[in-house]
Parts: sequence; C-alpha cells; structure tokens
Amino acid sequence: MKNLNRRDFLKTAALGAAAATLGTKSAKASEKLLSEDRLGVLVDTSVCVGCRHCEWACRLAHNMPSPALDYYSNPTVLKEFRRPDKTALTVVNEFENDKNPNLPIHVKIQCMHCDHPACVSACIVGALTKNEDGSVVWDDGKCIGCRYCMVACQFQIPTYDYDVSIDPHIRKCDFCTERRKEGQLPACVNICPNEALVFGKRSEILRIAKNRTKRKPDIYINHIYGESEIGGTSWVYIAGKDFNELKMPPLGKNPAPGISEAIQHGIFAYFVPPVTLYALLGTIMWVTKRRNESADKDKHDHHSDSHDHHSDSGRDPYRTSGHNTYRDSGHNTYRDSGLSTDKDTKGDNL
Amino acid sequence: MKPAPVKHRFFTPGVIILAVLALNGLIFLAVRFISGLGAVTNLDNNTPWGLWIGVDVAAGVALAAGGFTSAALGHVIHREHYHAIVRPALLTALLGYTFVAFAVCVDIGRFYYIWHPLIMWNGNSALFEVGICVMIYMTVLYIEFLPIVTEKFMGKVNLPGFLETFNEPADKLLRMLNSGLSKTMFIFIIAGVVLSTLHQSSLGTLMVIAGQKMHPLWQTPVLPLLFLLSAIAVGFPMIIFESLIASRSFKMKPEMKILSRLGSMVAPILGVYLAVKIGDMFISDDFKYILKFDVPAWMFMAETGLIIIAFVLFLSKETTRSPGRLFLASSLVIAGVLLNRINNFIVAYKPLYDPVAYFPSFGEISVTVGCIALLVLIYRAVVIYFPVISHK
Repeated sequence: MKNLNRRDFLKTAALGAAAATLGTKSAKASEKLLSEDRLGVLVDTSVCVGCRHCEWACRLAHNMPSPALDYYSNPTVLKEFRRPDKTALTVVNEFENDKNPNLPIHVKIQCMHCDHPACVSACIVGALTKNEDGSVVWDDGKCIGCRYCMVACQFQIPTYDYDVSIDPHIRKCDFCTERRKEGQLPACVNICPNEALVFGKRSEILRIAKNRTKRKPDIYINHIYGESEIGGTSWVYIAGKDFNELKMPPLGKNPAPGISEAIQHGIFAYFVPPVTLYALLGTIMWVTKRRNESADKDKHDHHSDSHDHHSDSGRDPYRTSGHNTYRDSGHNTYRDSGLSTDKDTKGDNL
Repeated sequence: MKPAPVKHRFFTPGVIILAVLALNGLIFLAVRFISGLGAVTNLDNNTPWGLWIGVDVAAGVALAAGGFTSAALGHVIHREHYHAIVRPALLTALLGYTFVAFAVCVDIGRFYYIWHPLIMWNGNSALFEVGICVMIYMTVLYIEFLPIVTEKFMGKVNLPGFLETFNEPADKLLRMLNSGLSKTMFIFIIAGVVLSTLHQSSLGTLMVIAGQKMHPLWQTPVLPLLFLLSAIAVGFPMIIFESLIASRSFKMKPEMKILSRLGSMVAPILGVYLAVKIGDMFISDDFKYILKFDVPAWMFMAETGLIIIAFVLFLSKETTRSPGRLFLASSLVIAGVLLNRINNFIVAYKPLYDPVAYFPSFGEISVTVGCIALLVLIYRAVVIYFPVISHK
C-alpha cells in the first residue's frame, strides 16, 4: 500500500479492505521473484550517433528481412518519428539538441522489460513471462492474439501482424534470449560501435548511470528514466533533455498492474466472495421458495380440492382476489366461473 | 397465460432488410478471415481494440444483462408474476452471449486458439476472468434454455421413417432430462447470477490496466463497480424494450402489467449508479476535464446526460404506465449504457503515439450491424418455433 498515493488509496479502499490487503500481498510476492542479479541495458542517448546498426543487427538476429547495411546510413529515415512494428523490434529516433544543434539526440526504443510488466499481468493465457534474468518474453504457443498486452503496455511497445489471418504474431524485443543462452550479447549491444548501450546487471548499470549523470551535469539531466518509472524497468535511459521531449511517456512510480491486480484479487480473494454470494443467493432462493410454498399450502388449506394451484407470492394481488371470489361466492361458483388463479399466475418450468 | 410459440409468419419487409444487412456483414467477415484484421478494420499498433471489442463484446455483455437480473428477480427472489419475462430475457441473454463469443472469435488474431484460456490460466488477468466466466455462463444459459426445448418436443417426438422405433426412447430421454433439469435448475440459476456479477464487473477492470492511456474521466478504480451497476440498470430496460418491440412486431398486446412493474424498479438502480459515478468524480476531482469541452468531455456528458434524463423519466409514474413513454425511457438507458461502453473502450483510449484518431471502418461497422441483424432474425425464428413469449 506504500506505493499508492493518497487518492489511489482512497479509491482502492472504496473497493473494500480485502482488495487493498490482498493487493499488497500480491505486490510483495511478485517482488520476491525479481532476482537481485537481473540484467539490464543502459541507453546513453548522448553517446548514440544514430547509425542504426542496432536496427540491422536486431533484424538479423531475429531472422527478419532487412535491407543491406548501407541503407541504414541514409539519414532521411531519421526525419520522421518511427515506432517498432512488424518489420522492426527496435528503432532509433532523432531529436533536436538545444545545447548543440549540430549534435542531435538519438533515442533507441524497444521493449523496456519492466520489473512489473503490465503485459504479463494482462495476458489472458499467460503467454508473456517475466524471467528471472529480467527479460519479458512472448510465447508463440500460448498467444491467442487478443492484443490486450498492447492495451496494457504503458510504453505502447508490443505490435501485431494485422495483415495475416493465420498465425499472426505479437512482436516485441525479447532481450535476445536465444543469443544470451549461447553466451552472446544482445545483438544491438554487440554491434553498437560507440558503446551507447551498456549491458550488465541492472544494479550495476544503474550505478554507472548515476555516476555519469553526477559527474557530467552539463551533459545529463538528473533523471535516470526507467529507474523507478512504473516500478522500474530493465532498460534505463540517460539524456541531456527532458524525457518528455524525447517522447518517452511520463510515468509514475507505481507498477502498472498494481491497481488492476488489487481489484482482481479483491473480487476473487481465494474464491471467498463468489462462494459467499452463491451461498447468499441460495439462501434467499430457499427462503422465498418456502415462503411461497407455505403461502401456497395456506391456499390449499382454504380450498382443499382446488387443483393446480401454483406457488405464488403472498403479496400477489391475484391470489387475494381469487381468494375473495372463492370466499364470497362459494366453491362451486368459483370453479364454474372459470376464475382459476392458475390462468394468471402459472409459473413456467424453470 | 403460458409461454407458447408465436403464431406469425417469419418474413416481413423488415426481416428482408435485416437479412440484407446480415449478408453484408458476412461478406466483410469473410474478408477478415481470409486476409487478416487489417484488411477490414482501422485497428493498428496504436489502437489495438476498436468497435468489435467496444460494442460487440463490452456492450453486448452489458445489454444481455437482462438474463441474470430477471433470473434473480423471477427465480431467486421468487417474484413469480415476472415469469412471463424470464424466458424472453433468457433467450436474449443466450443469443447475446453467443454473439459476444462469436465477436471475440472474430476479433482475436488467433481465433483457432479460442480454447486456450480453458487450460492456460492467468489469475492476474482481468481478461482471463471475463473469458472464463463468459464461457461458463454461456454454458449455464444453454442449460437454462434446455427445458424450453424439452417442453417443445415432449410427447411430440415424431421421427421420420425407420427412426420411428426411437420415438418412445427419445421421448423418455426428454422426460428424464426435463425432470433432472427441473430438480437441479436452481444450481444453474444461482451460478448464472454469480457468474454474471463477476464478469460484468471484471469487464470494468479490463481498462484499468491501461493506466494513463485511458482518459481520466473514465479511468477510475471503481470502474468494476460502475460496470456492474450499469449492467444491472440496463437489464430491465432492455427487457422492456424488447418486449414492446416484439408485441408491436407480432401484433400482440404489450404486457404492460409486468413491464410497468419492471419499469418502477429502474429508477432506484439508476440512482445508485449515478450516485457512484458522480461521487467518484468528486473524489478524483475530474470536473476540470469536462470544462475542456473537447470530444471526450462531450461524450462523457452525452452518456451521463442520457442516464440522468432516463432516471428523471423513470421517477415518474406516468412513464411506467404508458407503453410509449416506457419505451422512450428504456431506450435512453440502453443508449446511455451503450455509449458508456463505447466511451470506455474506444473514446477514452488515448494511444501515446497516434497521428490519426481511431474511427471504425465501414467493414467494422458492417460486421457489427450484420451480427446484430442476424441476432434479431434468430430471436424471431426461435420465438416463432419455441414456447418463449407468453401471450393470451
């Protein structure tokens, strides 16, 4: 609950104390899974020159079609703002540098590999997993293509193949899990000629990032993007310009799935609320049925040979009117008159 | 007054128009299944969910809520004079949820993996909860509908040709099924109500995780409660709306006695819904967003305005007595809840990087309209064939 601000707290509290306490529990549980040694990458935007070799290496590593390396030196591509899509899991964008117009800022974007990923929390079938090494990966064998991960992602990273009907994929950076298994660096980190990308333990790269921003305040602003954004991300950024102006979304410190999971676990809470509701409705049903049956029996007592009287609420006006007719005019008259109550109140089979 | 098949011909000019609309939708559906979602929809990486999730799924589930509210009223609280509306409401829910499930199959990329949530669970996912509950609830609805089928065929089994010898066993089987169902039906009825409260609310939890991509006018942790309350609120108006349309179409007298009683229960529910919705705005201090008078602000005012007008109309006894006014007030509630779901899933969703705001394509609209037309046609066919509607 510490992580929620007061307004969120008030709102969550409105959903019941159970939701709040369970939410805290689940948040703690997922924290435990995060390894101290989880990996990360530091993106130093002041070092990146925008050569886009990372884009090329990424495509190659993921068997995606790619133009020849020469194509990537074409600077006009950088003029338009691009996002990852089915042809690229990572892209580099260019931004103006107010301090030195001749040295534009280049920002590589890809999946941030959140410590508390919204996509993992959201995925209906658990096709997205947060691994112990920090990576967030997608499972081709589970995904049903519902695109809820895309709705949930606070960085708007996962992309979808809209142009195929069979076997569309959700695509995003997989932290080169396969390459790392073979002892290789992630493709982008490996090819980067300027060491704008620093790969290592997240704790270590955060230390480096802090060092750089502290030592060169003239170059960097005092903000490590990803250190605490939505609970922290594996990829972190340092830059000489406000991250908003680099089109990185401004995000709070609360993990994205926090409130949603608190609600979800509050509604379910080990199935206690649904089972309680079931029991409660069952009791109401039984009580009202008995009440109706006793009212029905009451009726039968009054006119013992009247047939086919269906159970009916004591408050029902038909019953009273039928009853009066019977009393006033006598049994035979009632039957002969055809004012049988079942005409109006007969229930169906349900 | 007992439920009986409606004696009316199936084809009318209106039915033919509906059939044309349905066919048009089916053509676009075919394109979607051959060439992918991008060929028919305006969806992209910025806007992954559009009209089909907002209207076909989210609004579809809400507008089928009459099934569980009427079951609760008629069977759980045993207000038996409402039994006449239980069957039509059940049929609406049944068809509504079938339509929702179909829409999900259309919208998800890998429709052939629709069964995955059954064995691949993620308890943290609101969508998983919605998916599982909807699947189970749909099964429950079909079970609840079974007695209507057994009633239709019991004692009338007449198989053609050599199958004739099976007439008696088939009839016995139907009777066994019928008596078994009537003894155990309470289990399913309660389960249906519980499942409905669960997934109606979880449908509201869905967009909470979108965080700041969701417009603050709609983004609130009480969304699940608002979704549940609005679903309960739209249940009876939907029943009234359908009943009045069916009476008009089949040239029967409207069931005003039952409908006005149902109508009299709408105002309090709408009142609670409005109180929570507006109360939440005070807590989260959202009024400043209305004062911007931009598209989301107008849409928010429209949805809330419709519900407020309906609330005021339902407060008056005059409304519940006249079929015309009852129809108008009910339509306003339906429009308000429909708009609310559209707002929550489409208008409120603001992608981080999107040069062009999403608007549904002609193909998307065609499929949605086509599915609704098909739904109405199936409803008409079922009430003509099965004993659903009670009439004298």
